[in-house]
Amino acid sequence: MLMQKRIFRIESNEGVARDTFRLVLRTDGAVAVRSGQFVDIALPGFFLRRPISVSDCLSDGLVLYYKVVGEGTRAMSEMTPGTVLELLEPLGSGFHPEKCREAALLIGGGLGAAPLYLLAKELLAQGKKATAVLGFNKADEICLAEELRALGIPVHIATMDGSVGTKGFVTDAIAAVRPAFDRFYTCGPLPMMKAVCAALDAPGEVSLEERMGCGAGFCYGCSILTKNGPRRVCADGPVFDKEEVLW
Amino acid sequence: MVAEKNLAVSLCGLTMKNPVVPASGTFGFGIELADAMDLNTLGGISLKGTTREPRYGNPTPRIAECTAGMINSVGLQNPGIEALVADKAPALRSIYGGVIIANISGYSVEEYAFNCARADGCPAIDLLEVNVSCPNVHGGGMAFGTDPKSAAAVTAAVKAVTRKPVFIKLSPNVTDIVTIARACEDAGADGITLVNTFLGMRIDIRKRKPVIANTMGGFSGPAIFPVALRMVYQVAQACSIPVMGCGGVRRAEDVVEMMMAGATAVQVGAENLRNPMACPEIIAALPALMDSLGIDSLQEIIGII
Repeated sequence: MLMQKRIFRIESNEGVARDTFRLVLRTDGAVAVRSGQFVDIALPGFFLRRPISVSDCLSDGLVLYYKVVGEGTRAMSEMTPGTVLELLEPLGSGFHPEKCREAALLIGGGLGAAPLYLLAKELLAQGKKATAVLGFNKADEICLAEELRALGIPVHIATMDGSVGTKGFVTDAIAAVRPAFDRFYTCGPLPMMKAVCAALDAPGEVSLEERMGCGAGFCYGCSILTKNGPRRVCADGPVFDKEEVLW
Repeated sequence: MVAEKNLAVSLCGLTMKNPVVPASGTFGFGIELADAMDLNTLGGISLKGTTREPRYGNPTPRIAECTAGMINSVGLQNPGIEALVADKAPALRSIYGGVIIANISGYSVEEYAFNCARADGCPAIDLLEVNVSCPNVHGGGMAFGTDPKSAAAVTAAVKAVTRKPVFIKLSPNVTDIVTIARACEDAGADGITLVNTFLGMRIDIRKRKPVIANTMGGFSGPAIFPVALRMVYQVAQACSIPVMGCGGVRRAEDVVEMMMAGATAVQVGAENLRNPMACPEIIAALPALMDSLGIDSLQEIIGII
């Protein structure tokens, strides 16, 4: 699927956890986005687009989760149903569910849980099993746990304050649960993903985040150094093999 | 239906089907966007700035948003001059028939000359744009473009090694742009591209540190358009060589305005980063705009002010 500019209309835009919103967008015609890919949203009044990972791909729409972290996402959170948005989509490489043999471990930190939802659906459609371990600071930040459970996969929660699930990091929850898996996929804060990659022997994929310019691979604003040389997070990633990342 | 309009311009003996050129650094090596649009609608393409050795560039974050613009601190990430002449430029040539502009950087007069000599030997390249104005690399780049003697020295050195047209891309971060443009003209430049980005800075007031990892970077976008236009006008008035206008151009009206100020071709930079289709959209909008303004040929409006 080639990158295109496309008009979407907001169907709903609701707060689902602390500072966290779920945005449902619809368009005319079919939408084809794979897990781990993202869209770049033009926000009226702001110069650069906002890159947001895709949490679910509907036949004619998208589900996105975002956190209010600055003026742009604050403005997004105040947009009402019916508002028209112009998106660039689809962007970036995706996760590789086909590389999982039988059972996958999905590890999300905070809003990093969002792209794991579409990944879980893809894995299940390929007849594979999945277990999710999600980490949050506090109970009021928890999102996507019920949605993932509704797919029929086990979901384990870790919270830093111990208010829900295992007290501590996702690595503590993984150690407690000891799920069976042959490949893992992770998205979340860099220190979390670093700890996960250090703790787990299996092959794994990580979804990185970087401040982007164009979002489509031609401005080189989001380049990182990897074991394979410079890579653009937007176009060569955001998903990378864990071995490629220089922690 | 708009009557047939002539968008073509002549630049140093090269015919451009229209004056619109994606600016260096905002369009990769062109090939990155081949799937997203018909590149052959573009009058020219200025390729990513290239140094002798491959460069990774600056640490991230390299991008900061601003009101009506953005700051970048990419720092000339590029695969090096050999990759440009052996791979990138020929790959673009194989799919693109317009004017291919190699943007050349360096850390010394000798490096500029070396890179231009290599580019001169590459048939895929039509025109050299020598960047003496990058604000994002230390010990090179902008240092050559803020002093008339240095700018002239680079110009003379590269003119000695190439028969392709040479444009010098100037920095706006100077007291008197005209003096520097004249020095380049006197040293043999075939044209001037202006302007590069303005040195800028943002601070994250919550984290109490600069947004850009390298502290400062180059500011561009619609906010700089009036300043860039003024400099294009001043240089076009003072010099007899052609000017490629650059800075904050985002729509067909801006292209016409730049040309009236004296630009023969017009580069589009930051706008590509918010809208990758900006250049083809601007080109598509030009005929109807020309019609409403009573313009039959863009060549006629160059420098009418």
